[in-house]
Parts: sequence; structure tokens; C-alpha cells
Amino acid sequence: MDETGAQPRTDSDLVTVNALNVYHGQLCAIADVSLRVGEGEVLAIIGANGAGKSTLLRTIAGLHQSRSGSIYFRGENISRLAAHRRARRGISLVPEGRRLFRSLTLEENLKVGAHRAAPGPFSVARIYELFPWMAERRHHKVLQFSGGEQQAVAIGRALVANPRVLLLDEVSLGLAPIVVEKIYEVIPEIVAHGVGVMLVEQDVAQGLRVATRVHCLLEGRTSLEGAPAQFSAHEIERAYFGSDLRQATSETEPS
Amino acid sequence: MSEVTSSLESLHVRRSTFSPLFTLAGALVITAFFTAAPWILAASWVSILSNFFILLIMATMWNLLAGYAGMVSIGQQGFVGLGAYATLYFAIKGMNPFAAIPFAIVTCAVLALPITYLLFRLRGGYFAVATWVVADSAMLIILSIALLGGGTGSYLPGLSSLSPTQLDHDTYLATWFVALAVVVATYLILRSRLGLVLSSLRDNETASRSAGAKVTATRRLIYVIAAAGCGAAGSVLAISQPFVQPGNAFNLNWAAEMLFVTMVGGLGTIEGPILGCVIFFVLQQTLQNYGAWYLIIFGSLAVAVALWQPRGLWGALRQKTHLELLPVGYRVRRSDGVETTSS
Amino acid sequence: MTWVNVVTQGVLIGGFYALFACGLSLMFGVMKVINLAHGDMAVVAAYAAVFLAPKLHVSQLWSFLVIVPLFALVGYLVQRTLFQRAIDRDPFTTLLVTFGLSVVIENLLLEIYSANGQSVSIGALIAKSWQVNSVIYVSYVSLVVLAVAVAVLAVLQLFLSKTGSGRLIRAVSDDHEAAQLCGANYKHVFGIAAAIAFATVALAGIAYGMTTEFMPTSGGINLLYAFEAVVIGGLGSLWGTLAGGVGIGVAQEIGAHINPAYQILAGNLLFLAVLAVRPRGLFGKRTSLNE
Repeated sequence: MDETGAQPRTDSDLVTVNALNVYHGQLCAIADVSLRVGEGEVLAIIGANGAGKSTLLRTIAGLHQSRSGSIYFRGENISRLAAHRRARRGISLVPEGRRLFRSLTLEENLKVGAHRAAPGPFSVARIYELFPWMAERRHHKVLQFSGGEQQAVAIGRALVANPRVLLLDEVSLGLAPIVVEKIYEVIPEIVAHGVGVMLVEQDVAQGLRVATRVHCLLEGRTSLEGAPAQFSAHEIERAYFGSDLRQATSETEPS
Repeated sequence: MSEVTSSLESLHVRRSTFSPLFTLAGALVITAFFTAAPWILAASWVSILSNFFILLIMATMWNLLAGYAGMVSIGQQGFVGLGAYATLYFAIKGMNPFAAIPFAIVTCAVLALPITYLLFRLRGGYFAVATWVVADSAMLIILSIALLGGGTGSYLPGLSSLSPTQLDHDTYLATWFVALAVVVATYLILRSRLGLVLSSLRDNETASRSAGAKVTATRRLIYVIAAAGCGAAGSVLAISQPFVQPGNAFNLNWAAEMLFVTMVGGLGTIEGPILGCVIFFVLQQTLQNYGAWYLIIFGSLAVAVALWQPRGLWGALRQKTHLELLPVGYRVRRSDGVETTSS
Repeated sequence: MTWVNVVTQGVLIGGFYALFACGLSLMFGVMKVINLAHGDMAVVAAYAAVFLAPKLHVSQLWSFLVIVPLFALVGYLVQRTLFQRAIDRDPFTTLLVTFGLSVVIENLLLEIYSANGQSVSIGALIAKSWQVNSVIYVSYVSLVVLAVAVAVLAVLQLFLSKTGSGRLIRAVSDDHEAAQLCGANYKHVFGIAAAIAFATVALAGIAYGMTTEFMPTSGGINLLYAFEAVVIGGLGSLWGTLAGGVGIGVAQEIGAHINPAYQILAGNLLFLAVLAVRPRGLFGKRTSLNE
């Protein structure tokens, strides 16, 4: 498969990444990755630990600088833009580990998320409708919440900004399957508003279930790209591990 | 496997830019020169050199503390003061002030040890300001001891039998030998196993902690050594004055000077403080008729270096020339001539 | 009754220490910077009240109306340039830079204004006091300073807890990267926090000049008290800072009552004792003192 080099931009593209290279010091984390996300699309980024998935999302959000390559957002080159400017333009990242404001209450967390919000369908009130348990605990400090609850707050905090692109980094990490299911329930609603979603998942099966397209990284490089239905489990396994393994991909342990 | 072995064989590990013999010869010449200085140089130069060596002792100790062990102290003047007062105390009790130097050093080390148990509860900026509180408290306690002259201070007894020239010579030699001992000791510490622990600590504390390095114990040892060294500086300072007064012995400017000198010269290198001291004294002598301007300019220089050249002037020089005078790291040279340095 | 007076005077001084300390506490809380030049900034404000205000045809008493906003502006600019650059390197560099700044400011003042003591003249107000009974009397100036301190702390507390900007400041101090993802320019927020800190320190410096004679070297020792107040009170708690300031003030007055030489030592000893027993301070919450 040939997926190196720039891809043509179409008008429905929200994010276009061209030949991106990102380094952590001397270490190459992302090598020559290109991708695009359109309106209403769900792109699942899969790959083993250390494949560069989080780095990719963080680079698109502006928390890492790329060494070369470019990132376009709705036709504008944002490669050198500071993270807060990208957020204001409509890129919201739900970071790995949730990163809530620990000394703030639930509602304050959402209000910070909304402080530069674009007009759109999501508001603090709308989040309380999506997650009904939140309303009555709005004045509680988020530190006391369970992992799943905290993750819901983190997603709510990103949504109230009314992003055009939502980046979800390992939202299911460390959560019980039933809780994960609850969180994934909101994705169709988000997509229905034309938001593009990029999600990083260690749980490949989960990622593939909601994705319209899948992008697999192997040691920082693209190893597979396309619609999930295009590939057999075996193909995905090879792209994921870089070699044949007699093992179901969905059984990969999260860590 | 054989490939690995052969590539290892073609690596040459060594420390210095120059051959050890060359370095040793250079060290001997320098030692001889400074030992003979009182008989060669004018008296005014000798006294400047005394002050130079006192500052060099402090800067070398601060460098060990901050540059190698990562502890930013702004309270080392506390040990300078305690060293000076310990010397005064032993002299009052009838000891020859020069003989009191080692006792003052030991006193400071002994006092420093329990202090670490309090200070090591804090890190970073809190540690820094707490060292200052300790230094301030030490001064206030000394102030209230009438035997040591209280707030007005006291002449150091036991030096009147010496002629002024003799006293100047002996003072100079004391500062020079203490400075030599401190620099050599620091050099040996950094080349020892302790130095390895320190450099691994500097690179990654968590990693070296899990690798079994005794982080706290190492820090404690370094803190005590630095206290002893600053005590030595205080002791020779007392002899060189020879008047001991709290406002001078415990002056915060000592902390400022040792910090600035190390920053400008190069934090985390042995040569850095030496270079910094040279620049400092050149500036001070040039601007000696302009009050505190030397400190203003030097302080601004230190701030600028901290922001734009954190390895200091020596670090910048070394990067350009790959020069190592007192190497504590290793250089690995591949057979194709590519060299990497670790320090 | 003598002891009641000692405590009263201690509380009055403690209010001043708290005013002095709240900027230090804010800057550490938000950008994890211990500004070692904090005390010297206060002294600069006091000098500005004595020497700059008359040039602007403002009386020294009302000079804070000019100097406080000026300091807020300077604070913002210093944060966005010098301090931000140091923060971008590491905590180590911020310490060195602020300490260097402290020494440079102190010696500059010494060169310009000499070591002579100065004071901010407030006319006849200085001598007025309120005699409670035969032993206890309260000077108007220190009462005003205490009131200002409490007011500043209350306003600051309200600002941080109730307003959107305050919420943003708290969010940035919790996690500035996550705040960035919410569209907040954390460097700007840092600047705002520094502006507030500098404004309060200017107020503290002018208040200091009104109550005491000051000189170029007065900054360091006041930084020490302020720092002790912050640590005793516990990080992240403005009311803790007030309690810490009062604690230091009372300890100093008790020390001074026993022997004038013990005044400052008593404060230091209280600080070291709190450090030994309760390193997180009296009202310290989750925030650890490490790092």
C-alpha cells in the first residue's frame, strides 16, 4: 500500500495532515504520517503501545511541535499555531489521563471548557442532558468522582467548546466495559452535528465498531489505512504488530 | 555478536583532552606559582588573590551543591558565618587561628547534618528559602552570644605575635591551600562512585532511585561537604579580616557572589567557578571606584547567562573547542574519530 | 494585660505580613515561581512613593493610586518576558533569575538612593493612635494596614472563586496544558496573576514605608517573613496566609517581649517548628510542598 506523501484535500476535510514528522528529543515518534478527517467522520487511530498515537493527537492539538510536515485545519495551515489558538478555532482534545482541573467543581470544569466556545449545539445544560447524573453533582469537586465519571466530565469539557474536530485520547483506558459503552453512546450524537472525530483506542474492537475509517500506526509509521470493512482481522493484526501473531486483535491487553 | 565486540574494541575511552602527563605537569606549575606568589607578587596582588581564593572555595562548594546535586541554596552564607565564628570561638579559647581551621570545618559539618533532616522535607524554591531562614537564624543566635562580641563583633585573637607581612603571607597561603584542597577534593568526589551517582541523579532522579542509588543519603553527604567547605571559606575569611562581625560573616552577598560566579562561569563544571571568579575579580577591580556597580553588572550578567547560556561561559567555550582541563566525565572516541562526551 | 497587648501588636503586624505574602502565594500557586525579588519589588514601590509621586504631583499618602496600577503593568510585562523565559527553561532557572534580580535591584537602589533610611510621609496620621486602655494602644496606620490586608485578601479570594477570570486562573494553576486545550492562553493568565501579585506587593511596600523606615536592603528580610507566613499558612490558602502572617507577627512580638534580640528569631523558630511538625502548613490542602 502506498500512503506516503501528501493527500489531496477535499472541501469536506476538516483536518489534513501531510507528511508529519515529530520527535521527542532524538527519538522519532511520528514518521511521515499523512491523514485527513472530514465532517461527520470517525477516524480510529490504532496501534500498539508507543506507536505514536497519543503523540499524533497531541501534535494536532498543538501540544507538541512537529519537525516537518504540515497540519491544515479547514484550509488554514495551523502547524505553527499555539495550542490555545487551535482550540479557539475548533480543535478540542480530550487528553489521555483526563487532566481535569482538580481543585474546580464539575460545573467550573465545564465553564472553563466553554469560556471560548463557538456557537453550537453543546452547552453546559446540554451536557447535563447527555449525562443526567451530572446536574445534581455539579458543585462537587471532580477529584471525588470515579474514573468513568471523570472521563465523562473531560468529554463534556471538550464538547462545550463546540469543536469542529474532537480528538479523543484513550477515553476507555482503565474503565469497566459497561462504563466505556456509556461513554461511546454519545459519539453518534456528536457526529450527527457534523463534528469530525479522531479517536485513539488501545481496544481495537471498540475503535473499529464506531469508526468510519481506521488508521493504524506501527512505530510511528502508517501501517494500514482505510475503511474497517476493507480489512480482514489478519491484515489488521499484521499492521498492528508488524508481524504475524496467532492472536485475536481484540485480546490485546490494555496497560 | 562478534560484530559488537569488534566495534567495542575500536572505541577508546579517555577523560582528558590532553595526556595525563601534560595535565599533571600543568597542575604542578600552577601549584608552584601560587605557592610562591607572596614572594613574587606585590602585596596588593597577594591580598586580592586571598579574596579570590575565598570566593573560589564558596563557588566550588555552591557548584557541587547546585550544579551537581541539584540543591539551590541561598543560605550558604550561614556556614560561611558559622565557620568564621567557630574560628573566633576556638581562638578565644586559646587556639592558634590557623590551627582552628580544621576544627571550624568539622564544626560546620557537624551542625549541617541535623539541619538536613529539616531542610530535606522541602524541595526546589522552598528548600532555597528555607536555607536562608536557617542562615538568618544562625546569625541571630550568634548575635545573642556575648562571648562572640554580639552585634558589634570581635577581633580574632592569637594573631598579634605575627608581623603584618608575615600575617599577610600566612593568610594568603591558608586561603590558597584551602582553595586547592577544596577544588581537588571536589574533583576527586566527582570522579568517584559518588560522582556517578550524582550524574545519574541529575539525569533522572526517578530512574536512579529505582536503580538503587541512595538519593537522599547522597544529597545529605553533599550538603554536609558543601557546608564544611563554606565553613572553611568562613574560617580563612575570619583570619584574613581579622575581625569577625555578624553583618559581614553572614552577609547575603556571599550567597549572591558564589551563585553569580558559578552561573557565569558554568554550572556543573569544575572549571566554571574558576573562570567565573576570574571574570568577577577583573570586573570588581576595574570598577572598584564605582561602589556596588560591579555587583549590579555581574548580577545582570548572571541573569542573562542563566536565561540564554545555562551551561555558562565555560560550557559555551567547551562546546566550541571540546576542551577539557579537569574532566570528570568520559570521552569515547570511535576509531573513525567521532567523539562523544559525557559529564 | 501586657500579653494582650503583645498579641494585639502581633496581629497588627501579622496583617501587614499577610498583605506582603499574598502576592508571593499567588505567584507560587499559579506559575510555581518563588519570586525571590518579591521583597525588593515592595521596596521599589516604597521608593517610588517617596521620590516618584512628588514628581507626578501626587501626595505620598495617595501615591498608591498611581503606583499600584503601574506595578500591575510592570508585573505583567516582567512575567511575559523575563519570568516566562525562565519558566520555559526549568524551576532551577526561575530561582536563579529572581535571586539575581533581587540582588541587582537592591544594589541599584543602594547606588541611587544610598543606604539612608527613608519613609513615606503621611503627615499627622502617623502619630495618631487609639488608646484602648492604659496598656493597649493601636496606631491608626497599622490598623488601616490590617484592614487593607484583610480587604485585599477578601477581594482576591472572591475574585478567584466567583469570577470567570478567577476560575481561569485556578484552572491554569491546576493544569496549564489542559487549560490551553480549553482555549486559554496560559501565558497571558500567568501575566494577569503576576500583575495582581505586583499590585499587592506595591501596596504592601507603600504600607511598609508608612509604618517603618526602610532602606534598599529591607526587601530581603520582608521576603523572609512573607515566605514564612505562606508556608505556615499552607499553600493554596489565602486565609491560611493571613493566619500565617498573624502567627509570625505574634511570635515575633512575644519573642521581642522576652528579649528584643529574639524578635525575628522567634518568627524563624515558629517557621522551622511548623516545618518539622506539619510541612504542609496549617491550612495546606492537597498541594504538596515538594516541587
